[in-house]
Amino acid sequence: MSKTFTKSMARNIFYGGSLFFMLLFAALVFDSESSLPDTDNRQAITEEVALGKLVWEQNNCIGCHSLLGEGAYFAPELGNVYTRFGNSTEAIKAFIASRPKEGIPGRRSMPQFNLSEKDLNAVAEFLKYSSGIKNSNWPPNIQG
Amino acid sequence: MQYQSQAVAKPYFIAAIGLFVGQILFGLIMGLQYVIGDFLFPEIPFNVARMVHTNLLIVWILFGFMGAAYYLVPEESECELYSPKLALLMFWVFLIAGALTILGYLLVPYATLAEMTGNSLLPTMGREFLEQPTITKIGIVIVALAFLFNLGMTMLKGRKTVITLVLFIGLVGLAVFFLFSFFNPDNLVRDKLYWWFVVHLWVEGVWELILGAILAFVLIKTTGVDREVIEKWLYVIIALALITGIIGTGHHFFWIGLPGYWQWWGSIFSALEPLPFFMMTVFAFNMVNQRRRNHPNQAAVLWALGTSVMAFLGAGVWGFMHTLAPVNYYTHGTQITAAHGHMAFYGAYAMIVLTIISYAMPMLRGRKAANSGKSQILEMWSFWLMTVSMVFITLFLTAAGVLQVYTQRYTDNPQPFMAVQERLELFYWMREAAGVVFLIGLIIYIISFFAGSNEPEQA
Ligand code: HEC
Ligand code: HEM
Ligand code: HEM
Ligand SMILES: [Fe+2]
Repeated sequence: MSKTFTKSMARNIFYGGSLFFMLLFAALVFDSESSLPDTDNRQAITEEVALGKLVWEQNNCIGCHSLLGEGAYFAPELGNVYTRFGNSTEAIKAFIASRPKEGIPGRRSMPQFNLSEKDLNAVAEFLKYSSGIKNSNWPPNIQG
Repeated sequence: MQYQSQAVAKPYFIAAIGLFVGQILFGLIMGLQYVIGDFLFPEIPFNVARMVHTNLLIVWILFGFMGAAYYLVPEESECELYSPKLALLMFWVFLIAGALTILGYLLVPYATLAEMTGNSLLPTMGREFLEQPTITKIGIVIVALAFLFNLGMTMLKGRKTVITLVLFIGLVGLAVFFLFSFFNPDNLVRDKLYWWFVVHLWVEGVWELILGAILAFVLIKTTGVDREVIEKWLYVIIALALITGIIGTGHHFFWIGLPGYWQWWGSIFSALEPLPFFMMTVFAFNMVNQRRRNHPNQAAVLWALGTSVMAFLGAGVWGFMHTLAPVNYYTHGTQITAAHGHMAFYGAYAMIVLTIISYAMPMLRGRKAANSGKSQILEMWSFWLMTVSMVFITLFLTAAGVLQVYTQRYTDNPQPFMAVQERLELFYWMREAAGVVFLIGLIIYIISFFAGSNEPEQA
């Protein structure tokens, strides 16, 4: 690197640049927060949906599935499973409840979680809520 | 070894390597489950293997970072570590907490683990990479605070160098951003928004400072190039890293319910993120070319150069491939993401830890500067086996990803996820085969510590 560009110049760019972009980032996040109510489907977050999120987390569904494209890539995307299953929470519940305990021979298998009726309802409602988030029309099609 | 207290780095490095082996074994289990769906089901479901794989990865990298800090801070500061006892105590706390957590994943259903550890009081579990019980997370924070205190006190009493300063800023950032893992709102969009403050601002933010500092340290030691020159490079690299990487977080905000302007901010800034990685490659090769001495530890030099190249390929090239919003629309959450995640994590963070271990371990084991020639040759073999097989893992996953995108997304006639996965079987088998070669490389790596250990040092 050239001699006219000194170490202290480099240091100042580091501190100044980092600070500037940290503040800019904070401002953008702040602005995002204020426009979230338009997109994040918060009116649908009932107590049941909140419980559903907890059920989702405490069974580590994200360890096989992706949700809005984030998570694991072993099993189908679930951000839009509500629409894929014909806008039916019943179909989602039936699917989860009917997983065979020993799996399906040779096929990638989903565990039988033995969820209570309440938890099962809640997680299905949570997936319904997720499908209502306005996320720039992702995924590209119904298959996720 | 110039200071007695540097010796505390040794258990950290040994633990890192041990956990690395565990990580790879669980990777291979998952690789098989990808093609033989019911392998080990229901004893070890895929999600459990995945938690073990990724959490072991993070923990062994953290052990590596801590070992690196305990080794290089006394040497840079030219004084003994403030408290070697505290460092050793924290080693055991971290190791036991980590081991208990992994055992928890394997021995009881995750929901039971959540219940046992009182997750509903402060729910933080069940999110990717942050699966640890809340109490483990609190433990991690305590270990991190004790570690930073110990380093900080050492740095205060000794010589202040750019390398220790940058390393310290990186480590403080690591601890600070981890605090966002305790924030888990019911609102899924906000949950995801702040989750990335941990994940992205780690690997494409503060961890790059740690990476740069360790690389700079090893290059100073092995090439003898003037410290002034190296420090200037280091500042430029980390400045670029943060200037591009902070706003670059936006490349994760395209499809999770955040405002559309992130497609611009995220695409533009993250497209520049390869720059600091490219600078790192130029830096490493330049310094080695301008070397004032030939260091006897040629394996360490190979690791250092390899890190700079593989980090650029994995993070820079494979990251750029899917970072523009119109591309990411199709590749988001596919095997392309997995391909990039593997090469980037291995190339940048696994390899930098292996670099500092390669450099420091001979001294920690009582040698003057380097291992015997025989040991170094084995180590170089392991370097090539692991690195080349990781390149193949990445290529096979990329091929699988491209096909997945074509058949499931970029088409008028999209196929269901599970049907597409079946068609990718061949690529998953090849990934698994490459993974086995990786494991062989890792075994040879471990053998290299024992082979030729009573032969004289390479001159
Ligand atoms: C061990 C991995 C694993 C875990 C953990 C898991 N799943 Fe699944 N899931 C699967 C697999 C594999 C499929 C595809 C099954 C098939 O098609 O035969 C699936 C399918 C589904 C489907 C149907 C998707 C579709 O489009 O066909 C729903 C809904 C679902 N899972 C919900 C859940 C929920 C809710 C949880 C957490 C309580 C969960 N899953 C946890 C593996 C898993
Ligand atoms: C050598 C054999 C390996 C195999 C067979 C393997 C396999 C896997 C599999 C199957 C997954 C889960 C993908 C999914 O969610 O569907 C995964 C995730 C992951 N692995 Fe590996 N792995 C191996 C080695 C490594 C190494 C060496 C590293 C890094 C140093 C690594 C880092 C990761 C990371 C970061 C993830 C999460 C990826 C993401 O979320 O996109 N793995 N691995
Ligand atoms: C060493 C540095 C890096 C590491 C360790 C790393 C690792 C990862 C991992 C593990 C993921 C998957 C996260 C998840 O599970 O959801 C990911 C995602 C991603 N990374 Fe990186 N990365 C690095 C640098 C970069 C850079 C420099 C770029 C851009 C040029 C980039 C672009 C992306 C993008 C766009 C995604 C999202 C993929 C998706 O939409 O599914 N990464 N990275
Ligand atoms: Fe990122």
